[in-house]
Amino acid sequence: MEIFKYDKPIPLMSKAKRFGILSVTLVLISLALIFTKGFNYGLDFAGGTLVQVHYEKKAPIEKIRKAITADKNYEDATVTYFGNDNEVIIRTKTSSKSLGKDMGDTMRELLKGTGNFEVRRVDMVGAKVGSELREKGLMALVLAILGILIYVSFRFEWRFAVASVMALIHDVTIAMGAVVLFNVEVNLDTLAALLTILGYSLNDTIIVFDRIREGIKSSKNVVLSDIIDESVTQTLSRTTLTSLTTFFVVLTLFLFGGEIIRGFSFTLLVGIIVGTYSSIFVASPILMWLGFSVKEFREKEAEKLKREKEKEKMRAMYEQGTV
Amino acid sequence: MKTLNFRLVLFLFALIFGVVFSIPSLTQSESGKKITLGLDLQGGLHMLLGVKSDVAIESRTKSIAASVKYLFDDADIIYDDLRIAGEGVVTFELLDKDDVAKATALLRKEIPGTVLTHNGLKFTLKMTPEEIVRTKKDAIKQAVDTIRNRLNEFGLAEPTVARQGEDKILVEVPGIKTQADEQRIRELIARAAHLQLMAVDEDRAARVGTMSPNEARSYGDVILPDVYNEAHKYLLRAIPVLDGSMLTDAKVGFDKNNEPVINFTLNGQGAKIFGDFTAKAVGKRMAVVLDNKVYSAPVIRERIGGGRVQISGNFKLEEAHDLAIALRSGALLAPVYVMEKRSVGPSLGADNIKASSLALALGFILVVLFMVLYYGMAGVIADVALVGNLFLILAIMSLFGATLTLPGMAGIVLTVGMAVDANVIINERIRELLHEGKSVAKSIEEGYDKAFTAILDANVTTLIAAVVLWAYGTGPLKGFALTMGIGILASMLTAIVGTHGIYQWLLPKIDKKRLGFWFGIKTEGKK
Repeated sequence: MEIFKYDKPIPLMSKAKRFGILSVTLVLISLALIFTKGFNYGLDFAGGTLVQVHYEKKAPIEKIRKAITADKNYEDATVTYFGNDNEVIIRTKTSSKSLGKDMGDTMRELLKGTGNFEVRRVDMVGAKVGSELREKGLMALVLAILGILIYVSFRFEWRFAVASVMALIHDVTIAMGAVVLFNVEVNLDTLAALLTILGYSLNDTIIVFDRIREGIKSSKNVVLSDIIDESVTQTLSRTTLTSLTTFFVVLTLFLFGGEIIRGFSFTLLVGIIVGTYSSIFVASPILMWLGFSVKEFREKEAEKLKREKEKEKMRAMYEQGTV
Repeated sequence: MKTLNFRLVLFLFALIFGVVFSIPSLTQSESGKKITLGLDLQGGLHMLLGVKSDVAIESRTKSIAASVKYLFDDADIIYDDLRIAGEGVVTFELLDKDDVAKATALLRKEIPGTVLTHNGLKFTLKMTPEEIVRTKKDAIKQAVDTIRNRLNEFGLAEPTVARQGEDKILVEVPGIKTQADEQRIRELIARAAHLQLMAVDEDRAARVGTMSPNEARSYGDVILPDVYNEAHKYLLRAIPVLDGSMLTDAKVGFDKNNEPVINFTLNGQGAKIFGDFTAKAVGKRMAVVLDNKVYSAPVIRERIGGGRVQISGNFKLEEAHDLAIALRSGALLAPVYVMEKRSVGPSLGADNIKASSLALALGFILVVLFMVLYYGMAGVIADVALVGNLFLILAIMSLFGATLTLPGMAGIVLTVGMAVDANVIINERIRELLHEGKSVAKSIEEGYDKAFTAILDANVTTLIAAVVLWAYGTGPLKGFALTMGIGILASMLTAIVGTHGIYQWLLPKIDKKRLGFWFGIKTEGKK
């Protein structure tokens, strides 16, 4: 089967401005969402307690809510279904430092008389740990981006690195915007998803850049936008198909992987779509706008080659001289 | 057909290695190294505990005061007004000028880590700053050891107790079956098990009901409640006769009414102090105090030698058993508190395994089918490599005894999607070269050659993200980073080297007229 067949380059770069406007709009909307509505921090980052209760029959959610909020300490508690009608999650900002008596025990007492149930999960995160995790999380994101920036500049050229990192920031920002928009709870696994997006979205960008690098060296053309069009079109099947396979598995994870990792899989799902789009329509135009000059690059490469050849020559001469 | 080539042999070795070492994990056999399931998959308790190390200084100060009292009594030095004047500070007054030299020498020798100063006959004994730091550090280390001992004695499978950062303790206890068990474990960990034998201040005991804590302090006393009746108070001398540090053993026994009691034995020094004290205090009461609650306060009838003491209370057998463990493993010098706690019931763990296995299987099948549909035989080859990759991940994790968590499962699912990416890139390259009219052999070799840099760069960047996540992640997240990292490295071997070997081995069979079957493309009549 073949979906994409290369005939002639698709003139994408001539429409680069439109994609640029679309991307900038999306990023701005995302930033606005992040700064106005803000993240719905989950337990890991906000601290508090979460109790998951499984009922034998349908959980009587109103009764549960009444039973818990009757206790003054838990007036702020929220009760929601989790995954199915038998399962509820009780969230409260209260956290207890005591080892002897914990929230699970308290909830078990409060819920007496609401039916046959089993407390299946009690997670408690103290406020201090929460803020520590948040700091560490932000640090991880920054470090990962830095690491990638350094690696790509080392392997390609600084303009490639800047373009790919800008595409990455674009992806992560939009993914975060989606997380805010759909009110997905932000926990440690959301952070893991964001870091995976960083690594993953870059894969596609690198496939394209690798081809552009090759095109610059071998193509007869010196106009960068033409080389980019050529390379993007040639790699279109690759970027789309690799994303597709990963998209399949993340989709199954989202649909069947259970409620607990839904935040993770949702973030990834958005990230993969945006990441694929950005490697084709965002990273390459940025490279063009950064003023990458094919001529200069070739001259540099030629010089490098010349120098190496000279070195070899010298070495050969030297070896001959000593032998 | 060409003979086996180097790449294929390497891949076959990797495959055999993968299958052999993942068998113990897959069959969950008793022997052999295998993957442990994370707490989120098998259920269990995860806690991050903080240590109130200031309290360790407090109790060290108390024990210094107790030592001063014991040393002076033993050496017949007369003193007055021995009291705890602050954190790490003990003050007292000597009555006889001639005792100054003797007392100074005695204290300097017997109580290290302190500085003794005096102003006339008023003395101040102060812990040095280094001693305070050391005491705090010791308290944390001791808490780790004590909690570990307690959990080990409780008889649970493989609890983890480790220090995390400067002053935190990570406790992980897998395989807890019931809520009641979890509660017992939490109480066992939390128990300070701070045992003190204290003298009742008989002179003022009658006034305890109306006395304020401040007034009690002014006499060098402390008011403590009865364990079963909070309203019932005892007035006790603040500096204990001795404490649990001199205890050598604690066992559950039964008294004459067949009620469970705890018998404990004191070491030589403890037995001597206890004997001396009881000889002097006949007719008075002595309180057995555990964690600042009075368990009993019997009247001393005669000198008690041998260092055997009994704690009675209305214990349940279970309670007495846990208490004996706590006493045996030593007191916690500093109390611990919960900073983070996650507990997963076994049924939820089983649900998590079910859901993520389903997702893994479905995702795997989807990818495998897609590859075959889209690439024909080339897809089959990629799928073989994918299976090899899965086994390799399991084998490497088994060998390291790594922990598989729920995010770890997600990591494997994700790796399945990413591992075939390499093959997609390679196959697309090969197709491209075939379209250009190159021969099959040349297309394959050149395809691998050209695809390599892109795959390498892509994998390294993903690896960078995985490493950062591993370094900054905690618990389950580390598991995700680990499986993803191993998966990427393994895919370099299976998806690049392995499939290349298979192509080279199959090359003589590849019919250039049947490129549709082999590579899923229509031939255009070119050679």
